[in-house]
Amino acid sequence: MIGSARYWRETPQRYRYEATRCTGCGRTFFPPRNVCSRCRGRTFEKTTLPREGVLETFTVIRVAPKGFTDQVPYGVGIVSLPGGVKVTAQVVDCDPETLAIGDRLRLEFRRVRQDGESGILCYGYKFVPVRH
Amino acid sequence: MRDVAVIGVGMNRWGELWERSLRDIWTEAALEAVDDAGVDHVDAMYVGCMSSGLFVGQEHLGALLADQLGMGPIPGTRVESACASGGLALRQAWIDVASGLHDVVLATGVEKMTDVDGGAATDALATAADQEYESYHGVTFPGLYAMMARTHMHQHRTTRRQLSAVAVKNHRHGSKNPLAQFPQTVTAEQVEESVLVADPLRILDCSPITDGAAAVVLVPLEQARARTKKSLVRIAASAHATDAIALHEREDLAWLASTERAARQAYAQAGIGPDDVSFCEVHDCFTIAEIMVIEALGLAPRGCGGSGAESGATALGGKVPVNPSGGLKSKGHPVGATGIAQVREAVLQLRGEAGERQVERARWGLTQNMGGTGASTVVHVFERV
Repeated sequence: MIGSARYWRETPQRYRYEATRCTGCGRTFFPPRNVCSRCRGRTFEKTTLPREGVLETFTVIRVAPKGFTDQVPYGVGIVSLPGGVKVTAQVVDCDPETLAIGDRLRLEFRRVRQDGESGILCYGYKFVPVRH
Repeated sequence: MRDVAVIGVGMNRWGELWERSLRDIWTEAALEAVDDAGVDHVDAMYVGCMSSGLFVGQEHLGALLADQLGMGPIPGTRVESACASGGLALRQAWIDVASGLHDVVLATGVEKMTDVDGGAATDALATAADQEYESYHGVTFPGLYAMMARTHMHQHRTTRRQLSAVAVKNHRHGSKNPLAQFPQTVTAEQVEESVLVADPLRILDCSPITDGAAAVVLVPLEQARARTKKSLVRIAASAHATDAIALHEREDLAWLASTERAARQAYAQAGIGPDDVSFCEVHDCFTIAEIMVIEALGLAPRGCGGSGAESGATALGGKVPVNPSGGLKSKGHPVGATGIAQVREAVLQLRGEAGERQVERARWGLTQNMGGTGASTVVHVFERV
């Protein structure tokens, strides 16, 4: 259940990949935090996530939660981005069974869920393979 | 702080208990523990429950269940820490007695999971993950543990057969537990041919959805001898640690830092090391979890947990039996009750009352209860005195 205010609040991260960097130690946080977990700093500057990274691990979801049942089977992975941030998202535009740890993937803006319980179309980032 | 003893234990037969309500199953386990302890009153009660709101639409369990117990208007406190709610309820009860605030305290756990369908249960369990940055993207709990499994297999060459060996062992242990939900034995081939849930995890790698409750009674050790003729079991250590809730925020996806930290504190409190542990009950919500937990507890070198079940070292009769009760895998996993049922098993083992699954010469028992993908861990050590 995602209400409109709750959905709207996260749009800077989901639509524009906005992150924050601790002005004390330089660590990047996605999503933003109020306190740096490394140096306890409380001041941050805005930054944007790099778009390309490396697949650290992945799975193929075959029993899906509500809102995703029409998509099975689908790939989900954790991608390590330059600068130390790791992100969880679906991996699409490929057969998820052919994925391998170490694959290069790129963040793209996509529709995440057709329709939430509150009627909101949910958008956000997904990963797609980088093809050379 | 006072030394604390566990003098009573209770648990009902776990399973899909369609005909019984949350309050029915809780009261049965609670009264069994009270009767086992032989106490005529309880000063305070704690209940570990992850999500009665989502599973049965009922919050305010502290008051509801204290009232059902029929022992007057005692303080009733609900404790929530996802699947570690039961372990944390025990810890709160231990603090209560050890501090001197109360003398007879009931620590319980309950979850009634089958009043909703499987999809709603999956969604309720997913609330233990980061809702906005994990669950939003359609990743489930089996999916998160599957990603941990894939990392472990990649980094440490853990094999499919080693995962299966955990399920085979725990079902074999559970076949000796009359209260287990799935007491049947399984073969490695059956595990490996069962349906995929989230690659590489299959349905027989996963703990089930269960209705169940468990309860234990704590008193100060110095009062325990006067209250019971049974073998005394002392809580030698209680430790709790946390980690980032989102798996992707951890440095090493195949390492349970909260379990390592809680275990280290627990060993120091108890004045023992991993080699002294006679048996342990651990949080095998998925086969890979048991492999990672025994590493973090120091029972296997880092990366080598996969050989535990495969070699027989963690089976009954092995070096350190792990999950003699059958674990979450076979006994069932009513999430809030799991941590308390682990304690019940530890007490039965240390009293020498575990029947067919009795661990020989058990002196030190350890329980490890974990929430989410390891964002919370509670470790307790028990000693026969």
